[in-house]
Amino acid sequence: MSEYHDAMNVTNPEHAEHHIVSPREYCFVYGALLIGTIVTVLAAYKDMGVLNPIVALGIACTKAVIVILFFMHVKYQSRLIKMTVGAGFFTFIVLVMMSLCDYMSRAWGLW
Amino acid sequence: MANTIAAHHDAELHEEHEHVVLPQHRHHFETEEQQREAGSFGMWLFLLTEIMFFGGMFFAYLLYRNWYYPAFVAASNQLNVPEGTANTVILITSGFFMALGVWAAEVRKKGLLVVFLILTTIFGFAFLGVKADEYHEKWEKHHIPGASFDVKEFINPAAYGLHEEPLAPDMAQKTQVFFFLYFAMTGMHALHMIIGLALLFWLTWRAHKGDFSSGYVAPIENFGLYWHFVDIVWLFLFPLLYLINRHPL
Repeated sequence: MSEYHDAMNVTNPEHAEHHIVSPREYCFVYGALLIGTIVTVLAAYKDMGVLNPIVALGIACTKAVIVILFFMHVKYQSRLIKMTVGAGFFTFIVLVMMSLCDYMSRAWGLW
Repeated sequence: MANTIAAHHDAELHEEHEHVVLPQHRHHFETEEQQREAGSFGMWLFLLTEIMFFGGMFFAYLLYRNWYYPAFVAASNQLNVPEGTANTVILITSGFFMALGVWAAEVRKKGLLVVFLILTTIFGFAFLGVKADEYHEKWEKHHIPGASFDVKEFINPAAYGLHEEPLAPDMAQKTQVFFFLYFAMTGMHALHMIIGLALLFWLTWRAHKGDFSSGYVAPIENFGLYWHFVDIVWLFLFPLLYLINRHPL
């Protein structure tokens, strides 16, 4: 306990009580992830042209979001944690998109 | 004014008495809650560096897939989908038990926590076992990039009984890029799992001693974050490496 208790020092005003995710919720999430796995394999064997990689990545992103929100408890965490996670993925997406725009367009017009 | 200061002082004293200091509580944190929050925040910052680390490899994958698409298709179709699918299910199961482990620590059920940690470990090892079998298959098929890599089957797939488009010799060489990325990405993922399994042994032993059944869940919770992160990496590796352009059944 600190010697100088500052009542104004509220680091986490919205996080009144720690939320415990129940095993029942975890079972639903587990089921959803298994279904996602089956769907992604079945979708891969269907010829959808340009849609194939988009569907594959869409399912993978959906599964990742489910894991982040429920298994990693981000849905029940403070805004600080939510912002941290969001900012990290956002920065990553920006880096990848900008770099791909550069590399993929380098030889354009040379063939 | 003086009254409010006095009242404030009383409140402060009152709070001093109300506050129960748990053994795991460090003095430089105001509250238990704040300490836990700081721990989660720190763990997430570490995981963001991990996103950037794996992200570099994912970027390389996306770029070369775009540049050498035919080679990536032919090489990807040589991967073992049944084993990859089984491994995805195994890893999701492992993550599920880890999540239940965090719950068991939070509701202070020591026995259950140990059981769930052991189940997490077993499925983690199962994953690595299947992975080892896959690597062995690559070894046998000469699919490991380098001196003994064999491009002939990609140049003339019909002679090897493969239903693939034949590739020009220069494009066929690029299949090595795919297999290099396969080994780099799955290998780094496997290394993360090995580190995780080592930590699991330590955490299971501490859980067995009763370290995490008195409301102190931070190590279990933060390890859970790490384990789920490794899970998420695999959720992307599986479709990107194994399911690029499978032929319709």
